[in-house]
Amino acid sequence: MVAQHNRPGSTDQSLIRNFCIIAHIDHGKSTVADRILQLSGIVPEREMRDRFLDRMDIEQERGITIKSQAVRVPWTFDDQEYTLGMIDTPGHVDFTYEVSRALAACEGAVLLVDATQGIEAQTLSNLYMAIDHNLTIIPVLNKIDLPSAEPDKHAEEIAGLIGCEPGDVLRVSGKTGEGVADLLDTIVMDVPAPTGDPEAPARALIFDSVYDSYRGIVTYIRMVDGELRKREKIHMMGIGMTHDPIEIGVISPDMTPTDALGAGEVGYVITGAKDVSQSKVGDTVTSAANPASEPLPGYRDPKPMVYAGLFPIDNAQFPELRDALDKLKLNDAALEYVPETSVALGFGFRCGFLGLLHMEIVSERLSREFGLDLISTAPNVTYEVTSEDGSVHHVTNPSEFPDGKVKRIVEPMVAADIITPKEFIGAVMDLCQENRGIMGTMEYLSADRVEMHYHIPLAEIVFDFFDQLKSRTKGYASLDYHEDGEQEADLVKVDILIQGEKVDAFSAIVHRDKAYSYGVMMTKKLRELIPRQQFEIPIQAAIGSRIIARETIRALRKDVLAKCYGGDISRKRKLLEKQKAGKKRMKMLGHVEVPQEAFIAALSTGDDKSVDRDTKDKIRAAQKTEN
Amino acid sequence: MPTTPFEVYVHVPFCLRRCGYCDFNTYTAADLGGGASRRNYADLAIREMRLVRAWQAARGIEEPRAASVFFGGGTPTILPARDLNRMLAAIRELWGLEPGAEVTSEANPDTVDAGYVRELADGGFTRLSFGMQSAVPHVLATLDRTHTPANVEAGVRAARAAGLDASVDLIYGAPGESLDDWRASVRAAIDLGTDHVSAYALTVEPTTAMGRRIAAGTLPRPDDDDEAAKYEIADGLLAAAGLRWYEVSNWARPGYESRHNLGYWRNVDWAGIGPGAHSHYRAVAGATDLFPDADVDGADDSEGFRPVARAGGAGEGGPRPEGVAPGPAADPAAAPRGLRAWDLAHPRRWAAALAAGRVPWADGEAIGPEADLEERVMLGIRLREGLETAGLPAPPDPAVVEGLVADGLVVRHGTRLVPTLRGRLLNDLVIERLLG
Repeated sequence: MVAQHNRPGSTDQSLIRNFCIIAHIDHGKSTVADRILQLSGIVPEREMRDRFLDRMDIEQERGITIKSQAVRVPWTFDDQEYTLGMIDTPGHVDFTYEVSRALAACEGAVLLVDATQGIEAQTLSNLYMAIDHNLTIIPVLNKIDLPSAEPDKHAEEIAGLIGCEPGDVLRVSGKTGEGVADLLDTIVMDVPAPTGDPEAPARALIFDSVYDSYRGIVTYIRMVDGELRKREKIHMMGIGMTHDPIEIGVISPDMTPTDALGAGEVGYVITGAKDVSQSKVGDTVTSAANPASEPLPGYRDPKPMVYAGLFPIDNAQFPELRDALDKLKLNDAALEYVPETSVALGFGFRCGFLGLLHMEIVSERLSREFGLDLISTAPNVTYEVTSEDGSVHHVTNPSEFPDGKVKRIVEPMVAADIITPKEFIGAVMDLCQENRGIMGTMEYLSADRVEMHYHIPLAEIVFDFFDQLKSRTKGYASLDYHEDGEQEADLVKVDILIQGEKVDAFSAIVHRDKAYSYGVMMTKKLRELIPRQQFEIPIQAAIGSRIIARETIRALRKDVLAKCYGGDISRKRKLLEKQKAGKKRMKMLGHVEVPQEAFIAALSTGDDKSVDRDTKDKIRAAQKTEN
Repeated sequence: MPTTPFEVYVHVPFCLRRCGYCDFNTYTAADLGGGASRRNYADLAIREMRLVRAWQAARGIEEPRAASVFFGGGTPTILPARDLNRMLAAIRELWGLEPGAEVTSEANPDTVDAGYVRELADGGFTRLSFGMQSAVPHVLATLDRTHTPANVEAGVRAARAAGLDASVDLIYGAPGESLDDWRASVRAAIDLGTDHVSAYALTVEPTTAMGRRIAAGTLPRPDDDDEAAKYEIADGLLAAAGLRWYEVSNWARPGYESRHNLGYWRNVDWAGIGPGAHSHYRAVAGATDLFPDADVDGADDSEGFRPVARAGGAGEGGPRPEGVAPGPAADPAAAPRGLRAWDLAHPRRWAAALAAGRVPWADGEAIGPEADLEERVMLGIRLREGLETAGLPAPPDPAVVEGLVADGLVVRHGTRLVPTLRGRLLNDLVIERLLG
């Protein structure tokens, strides 16, 4: 390991360069980051592999990403040692809001693009955000070692986007290490040094915070002004709390306690706080003894746009779900959740997400990191529903939809940016049109890739738009979207009734034109999924009191083992015992037993079965009743 | 306490050919190697009887004389009649037969003639059960059966001429069988003048040739509604002909019910002889020690090739005929438990165990109070005589019974619960509700 000369707390700002890496998932960010650690000498080559594996294990073991959020990397350029602060965009690169926090802690951003793929829509939107933050952009093409790399083509594309020369686009291979030293040199040369006031009272921005089961909350900070010393009481300006820090330090590449952190430096603080509400991302940390008067600008808390219910399959896991959400909330300010009770699904949480991707990430983390088995209800956006009596309802859940006549419904709209190879332009246009999208402009990024802009209801995007986009473009198109006003729309609430009983989990707010297909598909799906029982079970879809679709599960007529002689008895008894255990996973809706699996399957949008003739006929018939 | 009745089942695991729907433990080769063959089968079975008898004695199990004997298969009548008679004689010698005991053999219509039947009658057989399956040629073909309706008629006539009771088995729900085909088969069975008919819904096992064809989509899957309709047809026609149901799949003129099969549903004791045959004893001291690591999920050892290398497993050193169970001695304080045990399925391994002087059990299980209750309910509720609730350790929830009555699934006869026609068709559902 190399000796570092620049010591935390006494490193001149002119020697500091803070940067992050913007990359699409799978474009090789981790590999490049690992290569940087290795080249800088803070991780000896022979330990590289072991360390890498170690880290994976710990991540799995502790169920939380403790990946180096902000590593202090020494880099010598022209015989001068510089201190690079490499800030990881935590967790998931393609996640706008999390990226924005990292951007606020940096002066530069490495735009890392896979030379075999080209830039993707989300990367593009993060790039624009970095430009908005006045970050210096260092464009880099990765994976140039691959035979399928097309660096010239993609360099031109990037040059067109950020207004540089194609020759300015660096070319690296995270795998072989080629070009990585040049990249570090370029960072030193091009990324501006921090410009805070080292003499002013301390101000540091909290850009991330994670829960570590051994140490409590680890808060990542970027010092802007002044310095913080160990054992100096700190004050969180936003939430107004004062703490005794147990430890301050830097990560290089392990957590290393230090005496101080100075202006421009990136490090961490541990206060021993275990309560997630005590460390808020975006808050300003200052010295309690010599406090700053004004907090840093911080971030605007993004507000959720998509809502869904999350229910543990085993209702006994409800408290674990709450704990898990508390922990995720710690470094995910956008996540909202309130307890919810569903007749069909039991106890769970109504959760608000920034978008579908956020919802998927949260669900995935809950299951992978916390071992929870969850059912999620269909995603829902926030509607503003005005009843005829003039009362206004903010509906994030179909169950909140007011009964009776509705005067007006307003739904959120988004601006959607889709990047696709040009041969799929037609397919994308069809998809957007089917989903009530209105086309804006379209630009050629290069000779064969275009960026298309649409104004489209968020509700359409959150359904299965993304899956459809991927399947209709053979996986080539990428999507990014952001809020873009609202519009009045002809929406209705469709309820699903099983034997006359409304099943809350299946209610949906949909455009009137789609109500019939939703009703028909859902009733058909349930007819397939619910086993036949002793009596006939009608399954209906309704708008208000009007039935728009109906399926019937015929009564079970035969359920008996034909032969039960001496040799069959053990087997038959074991079968009975198995069935009895299976019964415990049944939900009773009135008298109807519905297997848990039916809920999961009915709520999954994934199995995109082609619409059969019967379904089409029924949708048509249902639509006729309208007129 | 009245003595538990005792009966003997002998499995004969040989067939001329395997039918596409059959998943029974049977083999078409005459010689299976390792000393197991059709030729010496009777000797091997008799050896097992002796070992079982010795085991019973060592365990202090004093069975009464056998009330019935049943030879099933496979195709018992593939063996020479004198072999069947020898095995029956051995049973008589070892346990004795009650006066008037019912002695049945299953019979393939292709394998019996008048001489054969007379020989069995002389040996003490009282009843033949013919695998008729259907009277409709295309259905018989689907079922891979080679006999003709005329064969069956000849067999039944021969049985009656020899003074034997005759029963026929029918199968409904074969792919391609219409309701009229089925009516024709039931009528044909009635016209044979037999006093007993069994009618089984075709049960498709995935491991059979038919199961594979259905999975592959080249044969239609039997339909529950169609089978329900056929059950109702059979019940109606048979009842009108004077054969009334006495168990879910069995109809007989009063007095001609199969006493042996009733024994299974009444949960009596029986010794099962032959590869894969099951045995049952209501009360065995130290039953829990016999199969200490009984593998519940592996209970269906139908292929017979499951390695039995477990310590104490029957294949290598299982329960010994002398009653010297391996491992710790039976805890004398432990209450006697029910026991179900089953023989090694493959005749070769079964024969090897016999050669080594062991009761050739593959595995078994002690029946605890909960399993006992489950078995009594699931067996009793199949019967016309019904489930006697008075003696049950845990009587069913009165509200559940009320519900079953209200739903038209059972009727009460005193303390007995008797399934209705609907309750017979939904028998498993009734059992589930009773066991709550």
